[in-house]
Amino acid sequence: METRKIEIPVMADLFARGEKPEYLFWVGCAGAFDDRYKKVVRAFAKILTHLNVSYAVLGKEETCNGDPARRAGNEMLYQMQALQLIEIFRMYEVKKIITICPHCFNIFKNEYPDLGGKYEVINYLQFLNRNIEDGKLSIDQASLNNISVTYHDPCYLGRANDIYEEPRNILKKLTGNLVEMHRNKSYSLCCGAGGAQMFKEAEKGDKEVFMERTEDALKTNAEVIATACPFCMTMLTDGLKYKNKEKEIRNLDIAELIAQSIDL
Amino acid sequence: MTKQIIFALTLLITLGVFFYTIRRFISFFKFTRPAFPVKDFGKRINVMLKVAFGQTKIFRRPVIGFFHALVFWGFCVIIFGSIEMVIDGLTGTERVLKFLGPVYNIIMASGDIFGLLVAISIIIFLSRRIFFHIKRFDGIEMNKITHIDANIALSIILLLMLSLLSMNTGYIEYKTITGEAVVGLFPVSTFIAGLITNGHAENYKLIYEASWWTHILLIFLFANLLPYSKHFHVFMSIPNVFLSRLDPLGKLPNMDNITREVKLMLNPDTAFTASGSDAPPERFGVKDAEDASWKNYFDSLACTQCGRCTAVCPANITGKKLSPRKVMMDLRARMKEKGPLMVKNGRDFNDNRSLLRDYISEEELWACTTCNACAKECPININHPTLIVDMRRYLVMEEASAPGEIKALFNNIENNGAPWQYSAEDRMLWAKDLEMNFR
Repeated sequence: METRKIEIPVMADLFARGEKPEYLFWVGCAGAFDDRYKKVVRAFAKILTHLNVSYAVLGKEETCNGDPARRAGNEMLYQMQALQLIEIFRMYEVKKIITICPHCFNIFKNEYPDLGGKYEVINYLQFLNRNIEDGKLSIDQASLNNISVTYHDPCYLGRANDIYEEPRNILKKLTGNLVEMHRNKSYSLCCGAGGAQMFKEAEKGDKEVFMERTEDALKTNAEVIATACPFCMTMLTDGLKYKNKEKEIRNLDIAELIAQSIDL
Repeated sequence: MTKQIIFALTLLITLGVFFYTIRRFISFFKFTRPAFPVKDFGKRINVMLKVAFGQTKIFRRPVIGFFHALVFWGFCVIIFGSIEMVIDGLTGTERVLKFLGPVYNIIMASGDIFGLLVAISIIIFLSRRIFFHIKRFDGIEMNKITHIDANIALSIILLLMLSLLSMNTGYIEYKTITGEAVVGLFPVSTFIAGLITNGHAENYKLIYEASWWTHILLIFLFANLLPYSKHFHVFMSIPNVFLSRLDPLGKLPNMDNITREVKLMLNPDTAFTASGSDAPPERFGVKDAEDASWKNYFDSLACTQCGRCTAVCPANITGKKLSPRKVMMDLRARMKEKGPLMVKNGRDFNDNRSLLRDYISEEELWACTTCNACAKECPININHPTLIVDMRRYLVMEEASAPGEIKALFNNIENNGAPWQYSAEDRMLWAKDLEMNFR
C-alpha cells in the first residue's frame, strides 16, 4: 500500500486537453464551503478515484443551482442560476451528473428538465450501491467492527424521490447492526433545514426540529448516525452538541463510512 | 302512486339543491389558475385504484385506518342498494335489481354485513372524538364548529346504517310471517330477526317502510349537507385522487412567465421575437384565493380535516404556528368568502382582505421546511407544500418581503453564486492536499 496525493480533475482542464469525462461530479456549495462537509466530498472523491471513474468537477465555474432561492420563493433568482448552469453544462456536453447533496439531486433531476436541462442525474448512494452490487466496490463488514448505525433519511432522497433502499443496502454491507429510528423511511422526520430553513433562524416554537430528530436518533442507542445530506449533517451534529453527546456518538456520512471501511 | 309522486318530488328537490350548490363551486373554480394538464389516464386510474379504492394511504395509520377502510368499502357496496331504492321509489317496484340473481344476493349480503361494520366503525370514530383526547383533532384551526360538523356527519352515517339494518330486519320479519319469499341475502339482519320472535306482520311492515323512508331521506339530506361540511370528501376524495399531481413530491412546478422574463434578461436580442401579449401581467405567486390553482382549490374542498398532515409536520410538532391542514381550510374558507363577491363584481374585485395575512400569516409560511411529510401522509393526495411555496413566491417577488437572513441568502447567491459569503475562487479548497491509499 502506498499513499499518494490525488488531483481532482476539473472540467475546463480536461476540455482544454480534448478529454471528455463520463460524469460531472457536482460538489455543491456545502461541499465546497462547509468545513465539516468538505470531508465528505473528499471521502467520495477518493472512492471515485478508487473506482477509476471517469469524472470531473466544475471547480470555480460551479455556482449555486438555485435550490434554496427557489424554495424560499425567489423563482426569478432560481431560474437565472439554472439557465446559466444549463448553458455551462451544454458547453461541456454534460450527460451524466453525480450529486451528493439530495437538494441538488432533486433540482437537477426533477426541475431542470422544465427549463430544458435534461441529464441522467444520479445520487451518490445509487451510484455506490450499484458499484457494490456489481462487485466493483467490495466492502468487508468486519472492518468497522460491526458498529451500530442508525440512518436518517433526508427528505429530498426519501419522500421526494423514493430512495430508501440504496442507503440501507449499503449500510447492511458495512455493518450487521443497522437500527431504525421509530420514524423512518417515508415516515422520517425532517432535520429542520429544508426549504431554505438552513439559512435562517426557525420561527418561534417550543423546540428546534433538529433536537426532536436528534432525540429520535439517540433513542436507538446507535454509535453512529449516518446521514446523506449536508444540511442534515449540520443539524444533527448540532443536535449532538446540544445534547453533549458529540464525544460518544458520531455523525458520519455514508461516503465517509465506506472510505473508512476500505481504508482509503 | 302517491308514494311515487312524493318520492319523485323529494328527489327533484334534492337534486335541485345539490346542483345549485355545485354550480356555485364551479363558478368559483372559474376564478382559479391553471395547474397541470390532466393526462396520463392510465396512471391516474392506477393511482385511484390504489390510493382511493385500495385505501393504501389511510393504512399508514393501520389500526384506525382499517376502520376507515371498512366505512369506505361499505359505502362502495351499500351504494348499489341505494340506487335500487331510488329506482324502486320512482317506479313503484320492489327490489328491482333482483333479476341479477346470485349477484344480487352477494350485493345485498355484503351491504347488510357492511352496514353493521360501518356502524361499529362510526361508533369508534364518534367515541374517539367525544371521549378521548386525540391530539390531531385539536389545533388553532379547530374550533367548536369544526367538531360539531364532524360529529353531525358521523351521526348521520350511524343513523343511515341503523336504518339500513332495521329496514332489512323489518323486511325479513314481514316476509317470513306472511309466508312470502325473501329476495336477497341478509346475514346480519336475519340474525337480528331471529332474536325477535313475536310481533304482527303489520308492525314489521311499518318498520320496513319507515326505515326505507328514513334511510333514503337521510341520504338526500346528507348529500346536500356534505358540500357545506368537511365531509364533502365523501364526494370529492375519489376525484381528487384521480386528479393527483403525478410528479415526484420533490418537484415544484415551473413558473413559465418567469422563464420568459429571465430569458429576455439573459438574451435581450430575443426581446423582439418573443411573442408579446397585451394581457396585463399576471400576479406572481399566490396572494389570494383566486391566485391559487384549480387543484389547490379542489384539494381544499376535498380535505376532511383529519389532521394527519399536521400531525407529521416538523414545524407543527415543535410548536411552530404552521399547520398544513389550516392552509387547506383557510383556502376553502377564503374562497367561500370571496367567491360570491367575485361572482357579483368580477375577478379583480378587491374587498381589502386576502388569503395572505387575513388567513395565513407570513410566520406560518416561513416555518415550512418543504419536507413533504404532509403531502406524503395525506390519504387523498392533497399537496400542501406547492401552495405554501406559491405564497412565498408572492411575498418575495411581488413584495420583496422575506426574513432578513433569507434576503441575505438571495444576495449571496446573486453576488457570489453560493448561499454563503464565499468567493467562487475558493471552490476548490476542499481538494487541496488530498491524499489517499492505493493498493
